Amino acid sequence: MNNKTRQIQAWLLLLPALCLLAAFTHYPVIRTVWRSFAGSGVRMGDALHLDNYRYMLEDEVLLQVLSNSFWYAAITVPVSIVLAIAMALWVNGKIRGVGLLRLAYFTPTVLPMISVANIWLFFYSPEIGLLNNILGLFGADGVNWLGDPDISLYSLMAMTIWKEAGFFMIFYLAALQTISPDLYHAAALENASRFTVFRRITFPLLMPTTLFVLVNALLNAFKLVDHLFILTKGGPNNSSNLLLYYIFENAFSFFDTAYASVLTVLLLLILVFLALLQFGVLEKRVHYR
Amino acid sequence: MFPLIYAIWAAIHPSEFVTRFEIFVPLTLDNFREAWSQAPFMRYMLNTVAITLLILAGQLILCTLAAYALARMQFAGRSLVFALVLMQLMVVPEILIVENYQTLASLKLIDTYWGVALPYFASAFGIFLLRQTFKTVPEDLENAARIEGCSLLGIIWNIYVPLAKPTYLAFSLVSISYHWNNFLWPLVVTNTEKSRPLTVGMSIFGAPESGVDWAIISAGTLISVGPLLIVFILFQRQFVQSFMQAGIK
Repeated sequence: MNNKTRQIQAWLLLLPALCLLAAFTHYPVIRTVWRSFAGSGVRMGDALHLDNYRYMLEDEVLLQVLSNSFWYAAITVPVSIVLAIAMALWVNGKIRGVGLLRLAYFTPTVLPMISVANIWLFFYSPEIGLLNNILGLFGADGVNWLGDPDISLYSLMAMTIWKEAGFFMIFYLAALQTISPDLYHAAALENASRFTVFRRITFPLLMPTTLFVLVNALLNAFKLVDHLFILTKGGPNNSSNLLLYYIFENAFSFFDTAYASVLTVLLLLILVFLALLQFGVLEKRVHYR
Repeated sequence: MFPLIYAIWAAIHPSEFVTRFEIFVPLTLDNFREAWSQAPFMRYMLNTVAITLLILAGQLILCTLAAYALARMQFAGRSLVFALVLMQLMVVPEILIVENYQTLASLKLIDTYWGVALPYFASAFGIFLLRQTFKTVPEDLENAARIEGCSLLGIIWNIYVPLAKPTYLAFSLVSISYHWNNFLWPLVVTNTEKSRPLTVGMSIFGAPESGVDWAIISAGTLISVGPLLIVFILFQRQFVQSFMQAGIK
């Protein structure tokens, strides 16, 4: 078969996938940047202007949202990872019932956020909620888990950690099982303490997994806002609002598409930054292996 | 795990016992009946199944073709195309809801299965995963088939697809559980029962202002997660392995 027909065949095979990718990934990115400069409200103007960006600088809610998103990522990501490692170490020691435990930890991942959030909503609800009933047994006053601006964000974090930690644990469990027992035998001969074994053997060998999990967790922290729709809707007073939810609000509740585009550009920049981080990280991982 | 057990507890007891844990309270299935009658679960379930399968079918076909081209064919601009594909791993369709909504509105696809499914057809993840697998297929097999007079599509279908079966299974399980649970995009593009999937239906059903009681919400939640949970338990091992394989890339 000659080279030219091969070339044409290759492009024909790629065509459907590329068209859709262009239509729903590349084109929208360009449109978003364009609209962030040219749009006003729901309309798309012709002239470029900076009004939308100027508005962004004056938007105090955005400041709140960004700080929420930052803390949300800064707390949920490390806590889920530490919990995941701890649980994986614990489960790895036991041989019996691993299947069942794995099932238990994995369940939060396969259930839809929405359904799970419905159940958590019930835990958190002020009058009849389970958490407050338990507190009541000890004579403590109930806490307004979702209605108190100081607490609502943390309540969301708790649910996220619950969902993510089990998922990440699966990866750690797999990684732990690839570590050669010889290393532990050697450490035992040297009378190494358990902490030293973890610090010198287990943790370094889990590093590739940790990097992978880290990038995923960070991405999820910005991508996953389903539970907000059920639990708090970003409130009270935006105290638990996150960036992607704020974009949704602007576009589909306030009908300010142009401003939503500015926010999307902001989110894209954050993702590009994370992507660069991942490429750096991946490169290191290749050297590591 | 605990919340799920709790939901089962709440769902099978009369609503006045939701917060009281006594072992001998009467069991009931009324909550399920009530929840079933309050929301068109059958319709939502049908929508979810249809959307998930439509996406899966589209992904498998498009990704197979693209992955083969990227794995085995020499053509100008291959690495650029591959880089453009990988972009989607970071910039997932959910983030571009604003523009994608406009696109689908101009195609008049709002509130249809196709509207929910189209943005997900060309999955960078699927293309990447299949490309890696296809690269491990010995080229001699392909050459032999070509000498026998097998066409290009014939080669893909008869040699590459059967050899990549485990990858297809892994990708399918990840894809199904992702799209069964997906919420934000379907929420944006659907607005009637006609195409609304379970997740979006649940969010309306469970909204506090609709004033349903907890036992019924729990029952509804269980109805909505039931089928997926059963599939998950049946394929438990493959599920966990699929996610791991997907993660290791």
